[in-house]
Amino acid sequence: MSDTKKFLYVNRKAPYGTVYALESLEVVLIGAAFEQDVQLLFMDDGVFQIAKGQDTGEAEMKNFSPTYSALGDYEVTKMYVDKQSLEERGLTLDDLIHLTYEDEDDDYAEKDSIRLVSREEIAALMEEQDVILSF
Amino acid sequence: MKFTIQINEGPYQHQASDTAYQFTKAALEKGHEIFRVFFYHDGVNNATRLTSPPQDDRNVVNRWSALAEKHNLDLVVCVAAAQRRGIADADEAKRNGKDADNLAPGFRISGLGQLIEGGIQADRLVVFGD
Repeated sequence: MSDTKKFLYVNRKAPYGTVYALESLEVVLIGAAFEQDVQLLFMDDGVFQIAKGQDTGEAEMKNFSPTYSALGDYEVTKMYVDKQSLEERGLTLDDLIHLTYEDEDDDYAEKDSIRLVSREEIAALMEEQDVILSF
Repeated sequence: MKFTIQINEGPYQHQASDTAYQFTKAALEKGHEIFRVFFYHDGVNNATRLTSPPQDDRNVVNRWSALAEKHNLDLVVCVAAAQRRGIADADEAKRNGKDADNLAPGFRISGLGQLIEGGIQADRLVVFGD
């Protein structure tokens, strides 16, 4: 397993209505150990997975949103968000968790992980992947 | 071509496992290789031998077991997803202090690394689910 492939995780569902988001995150965390070229894409209701200020207390479910902030430490640094999905839901970049990573090639400068992309850019992104896991 | 198959939905409730089965069978008949079939999310419910569908319907679980035996398939059930949903082999049942196990023949329980490895090793990873 010496070869590196481009992996894209496509997250399309809201975080707590179904288990897909949580179990997708579990794949990303395990997958990080395999040193592949990893990208995450949030679109449709998946953009709510990284919404700020999640509180699941009264729903008696585990709030796993803090884990997204740790992904930078796992060298998962490319998080694409579909601009149109945000707009359709009345959200902006400011409504999302501020996800960052330390760039070891740039004196560990803190950089933003989230990149807003258009549907056309998403098509191009998908085109260049070896493996697409859709959740 | 070498395929890894991922199944994300349970039997009967959803078509994913049926379609994945037909795809896998057709690929094998055409001479392709199935590197692994990985069961995730509710897909782990395809691996319980306690399934008892009506006689006049297909048996989704037995069908996978039979295909695995015929073609020496590697049917892998995600351990974390299986634990949440009560799918266990004898070792898992013992480890978690349960009084029963239910893993069907031909399946094995392992970690998510098996899915990633499947993505790396295969020419195509094909996901069946919603």
